[in-house]
Amino acid sequence: MTALVKEAAVQRALSLDIRSVSHHYDIAGVRFEVLDDISLSLEPGEFVALLGPSGCGKSTLLRLAAGLERPRTGTLLEDNTEIEAPDPSRLLVFQDPTLFPWRTVRKNVATGLEARGLLPEKAHRIDEALSLVRLEDFANAYPRQLSGGMAQRVALARALVNDPGLLLLDEPFGKLDSLTRLSLQTEFLKLWQNAGFTALLVTHDVEEALLLAGRVVVLSDRPARILAEFKVPLDYPRHRDDPDFIRLRRDILHRLGVQNV
Amino acid sequence: MASADILCSFKEMNVMSDVAQTADGGAISTSVPSFSIWHPGLVAAVFWFLTAAITWGLPDVIPWGSQGLFAAMTAVGGGVLVALALTIHHLGALGRRIAYWGPWFIAVGVWFLVWEYTTAKTGWLPKPFFSPPHGLLQVYVVDWSRLLICIGYSLRLWGIGFFSGITVGFALGVALGWSARFNYWGMPVLKLIGPVPATAWIPATFYFFPTTFHASIFLVALSCGIPVAILTAAGVSQVNRAFYDVARTLGANERFLVLKVAVPAALNHVFVGLFMGLYYSFAVLVVAEMLGAKYGLGWYIAFQSAYSAYANVYATIVIMAILCSGLVKLLFVARDRLLVWQEKGLI
Repeated sequence: MTALVKEAAVQRALSLDIRSVSHHYDIAGVRFEVLDDISLSLEPGEFVALLGPSGCGKSTLLRLAAGLERPRTGTLLEDNTEIEAPDPSRLLVFQDPTLFPWRTVRKNVATGLEARGLLPEKAHRIDEALSLVRLEDFANAYPRQLSGGMAQRVALARALVNDPGLLLLDEPFGKLDSLTRLSLQTEFLKLWQNAGFTALLVTHDVEEALLLAGRVVVLSDRPARILAEFKVPLDYPRHRDDPDFIRLRRDILHRLGVQNV
Repeated sequence: MASADILCSFKEMNVMSDVAQTADGGAISTSVPSFSIWHPGLVAAVFWFLTAAITWGLPDVIPWGSQGLFAAMTAVGGGVLVALALTIHHLGALGRRIAYWGPWFIAVGVWFLVWEYTTAKTGWLPKPFFSPPHGLLQVYVVDWSRLLICIGYSLRLWGIGFFSGITVGFALGVALGWSARFNYWGMPVLKLIGPVPATAWIPATFYFFPTTFHASIFLVALSCGIPVAILTAAGVSQVNRAFYDVARTLGANERFLVLKVAVPAALNHVFVGLFMGLYYSFAVLVVAEMLGAKYGLGWYIAFQSAYSAYANVYATIVIMAILCSGLVKLLFVARDRLLVWQEKGLI
């Protein structure tokens, strides 16, 4: 476990620059504007949360950052290099764990190393990643045998084993029950603090954003524009009953159009 | 194979619990003075002995041969059933598995008895269209060497045809499901040709191919290749796109996406195609053999029915039933091995 943390710490955290990105989809001849002139910069090692209503285009922004799609206008840069295709240096964790059901937990985690031909020399990293998410005992289980929280931890291990410099998280805790969500949020925070990657988290949960991120970017309804940015100058671990936390929460909700909370 | 390990240890646990239960059962049966008897076994034995008795005791209306052999076999069967009836409760898991089939042993005994009586002994069901059980036995006794050669020929033709057919069909299906351009040109052709029964090609293929053997291989391959291709293409094209996204972000190239994502995700469909292809291939095999082969089970049936040797025809059908259901069983085993990740409630 410590070995993974050390090795991962050596991996340089990456910066992400989103420059005037707009995007639309053509669905059945109708043009859907999704992103409207988004500009956002993430320093290496920074943890930023994108907060916005459901369906506002947050996930699209992550797909663009992952390189799964190209923006219609604007550019995205990773360490000042334009993002043109997916790359294991920046990894996407989805709301659904999307584990390969025909692969055991171990083989799921090994997917990235196997795909890049690194399996022989880095096989030990798989066990380390599994122990990091406390799933060593389930290495030979199949995904259908896992609970939702366990599956999402496997998905995290599958990403972390590749030492990503940038982790893109698309509501990764959104489908979990509230207790599992709390413990996984805490676990994830520790992983980020130890490994030091850059993290961009998409969520519609204000408290989750405030518990984890150093900066919260509030997006409008579709097409998404940046409405406001909030710095979160609180020390970890953060507490929901902290007066500053409550004040920030009220301000952000107000910005999202929810009042009298 | 870690999954196989899990399975094995699971089976061991079952066996162990079986052993534990038998130990208990044994303890009970020794403490209780009355001897426990497996009654269905005794009832079955009665019918098997009756069959042996009338086969041996009553004369055939027209002699069929192998009368004594069949009487001896059913008598031995009856003896084994009696032995089982007395000991089955000491045989543990094996005993319980045998006991499960008890009603079937009775049914087979009754079936043999009625069959023997209505054909050979009374002639109610006359020669040549009906044959008593020992009539079939006589075919195996007299003609076993020719039947073995026919089995060999049929299996060779089926094996070459089926495996080349599913290999080509699978590759074609992956290409159709994966590549949009291949799909554009290939799918309409496949959809047009696919529904044509493979047997409709027989006259043409016998003309095009140098030998009827080659033509028959082609027909068997065609019959199983088409369903495999169609189902594989459907499976590959229906794979959840999110799997590809995940694999691409993890650094997968196209080869990895096809072989390690698309194919395993489509395997369920592929097996549906394989089962369909297997059944079609049997049908085409027999027809092809009947029309143009020198040996083979299909040829044997056609040849013997020309001489009204229906006992030989029935005897061959029994062999085919065993062969075909055995191959189907093998495919089931292969599927359960490969799709172990789908099984519910394994752990």
